[in-house]
Amino acid sequence: MFRMGNPIVYLRNILSGETDRNVSLAPAATSPFWVMVRKETGDHIRSWRFIVMLSLILLTFFGSLYVSVGNIAKAVTNIKDPDHNFVYLKLLTTSDGSLPTFHIFISFLGPLLGIALGFDAINAEQNNRTLSRLMAQPVYRDNLLLAKFFGALTVVSAMFLCLALLMIGGGMFITGVRIEPVEVLRILAFVILSIVYVGFWLGLSIFLSVIFKNAATSALTTIGIWLFFTIFYRIIVSVIINAMVPNTDYLSQEQIVSYNNMVLGMLRLAPSQLYTDAATTLLMPSIRSLGPLTMEQMAGAIPSPLPFKESLMIVWPQVTGLLAATAVCFASAYYFFMRREIRS
Amino acid sequence: MNTPIIELEGLTKYYGSVKAVDNLDLKIDKGEIFGLLGPNGAGKTTTILMMLGLAEPTSGNARVCGINATSDPIEVKRRVGYLPDSVGFYDGMTALENLRYIGRLNGIPDDELEERATTMLEIVGLQSEMHKKTAAYSRGMKQRLGLADVLIKNPEVIILDEPTLGIDPSGVREFLNLIHQLSRQQGLTVLVSSHHLHQVQQVCDRVGIFVEGKLLVQGDIETLSRNLFGEENYVVVVDVKESLSDAWEHQEAALKLRGVQHIQVNNNTVELSCNEDVTPDIVRFFVQKGLNITGVHKKEFGLDEIYHRYFENNQKKNVSNGKSDSVFKKYFIRRNG
Repeated sequence: MFRMGNPIVYLRNILSGETDRNVSLAPAATSPFWVMVRKETGDHIRSWRFIVMLSLILLTFFGSLYVSVGNIAKAVTNIKDPDHNFVYLKLLTTSDGSLPTFHIFISFLGPLLGIALGFDAINAEQNNRTLSRLMAQPVYRDNLLLAKFFGALTVVSAMFLCLALLMIGGGMFITGVRIEPVEVLRILAFVILSIVYVGFWLGLSIFLSVIFKNAATSALTTIGIWLFFTIFYRIIVSVIINAMVPNTDYLSQEQIVSYNNMVLGMLRLAPSQLYTDAATTLLMPSIRSLGPLTMEQMAGAIPSPLPFKESLMIVWPQVTGLLAATAVCFASAYYFFMRREIRS
Repeated sequence: MNTPIIELEGLTKYYGSVKAVDNLDLKIDKGEIFGLLGPNGAGKTTTILMMLGLAEPTSGNARVCGINATSDPIEVKRRVGYLPDSVGFYDGMTALENLRYIGRLNGIPDDELEERATTMLEIVGLQSEMHKKTAAYSRGMKQRLGLADVLIKNPEVIILDEPTLGIDPSGVREFLNLIHQLSRQQGLTVLVSSHHLHQVQQVCDRVGIFVEGKLLVQGDIETLSRNLFGEENYVVVVDVKESLSDAWEHQEAALKLRGVQHIQVNNNTVELSCNEDVTPDIVRFFVQKGLNITGVHKKEFGLDEIYHRYFENNQKKNVSNGKSDSVFKKYFIRRNG
């Protein structure tokens, strides 16, 4: 089993791309899988494209945080809002409309991050002719795919976690308000959700990097898929709905609800929709349902924040959907890669 | 008796309906340097990939170090070092880092790794360049680093696929000598695939000639030439100043010389096939007959001759070759007409 030894030494070694004897605190040799993960992580951290993506995300993060800090006083004192007590969640979700909130930014920057880290995972190895050399080592083939995925995901997780902690720390510093445990849980859940979301795009781009021999082709294809879901998918759905749904004046309420559900169901085929749905629910505790609610369901409900567990129950299908989509991408990458002949 | 370290039995590989490797049987003993020779596209690389479990044979099996390469490739790869025909390295890393990475993948403990990697780089003569990024490496240096990469795992067998491709002649000689030396010192079994005959001839104990997925012959070079050319082991070619007619007046007399088997006269060259080396006698004979000799040379049957002989036979069968010939003629005639 892999042992990190001293984590600080370990990190320093990753950052400098060096490994000296300090690392050999672990007596036994590390398994090839972790060796590969370590190399991938190191490669990503030192790569330009990660630095570019990181600065983009940092920029949006600070931008949205700046706007929300400016409006936090108004949001927290708004008694009509049942969520007004959650200062830190408000920090993540408040905006005056000049800038989107952070999770909206992530819903379209996250895919780009995943694509940037994965689009040339396999085909670059092939084009550099390192793949055949690597495959001649006593390494399982699936370990390579998994290491590519894990390496990139490690970097992404570290980044999101750092940002969240930075936000909490900064919030404490600025507002001086104590953070509620439930807020920590919600923010943590949001971080995990974001990682899963980026993981889906990472899986997709790794899959396409297995299929396409050319890194540019695979990058363009993934970006094409991403553009399709962010821009065109909504348009297509609305066109279809307009063609299908009769004039609403002649519909019963039940029919309206069922059509509404259909629209939502179609929109939820887009991963970004799943992500925004889930992220909003996690960050705004008062959201009770992601679908339409009937009058009977609403009757007697007091507008109050839901407990964390209930919010989690609401987003469960979304998270499962994202995980399933990731698994499909990954399984297909396996299918195409495992039996392929590696020629240089 | 040695047990073979590489054993291929009825190995066959189809790509669609194309037969890349056709029912190949091959045994290579421990400590041997075996040359797999053949033109491009003969199926050499495919065979090697099947030995490493990187390609699946359609039928037959490959055993390396007694392990089935198809069902247990990891164990085979632990014992076999493979240098692909065009080896690549991670450009952003130095030679030493590249080597360390491979060492780690092979489970070499970190405290040994540094020393081993440095030693390997010294063996292949790259110690002064080990902190350079591999992006700056020349082709020959990369090839040598590739060898270090193969050796660091302490293999029992090394397989080199076209190792001399794209290196300059002196580099090739150095590289092959290094392989020869290593094989002798450490008892390594080496399999070299190549289409460069001269080079391989220098170092191989045995060679196999591989054309269109079939191993035509195998054995050491002497045996091969004897098998192929029969008794006519020596051919002496004499160039003379005079043009000679096909019915050469001295032909009868020359055939009576000791050892001479066959004579072919071609304008002003005479080719004598003999079963022993009688060059001095032949020269004396020519001088006595008053012919002006401008050159005498003895043909030795190296791999080149062997190779050519096989290709001649092979190309006769090849229909597509005739076709390209006729296309060439048509084009040529049109241009002239």
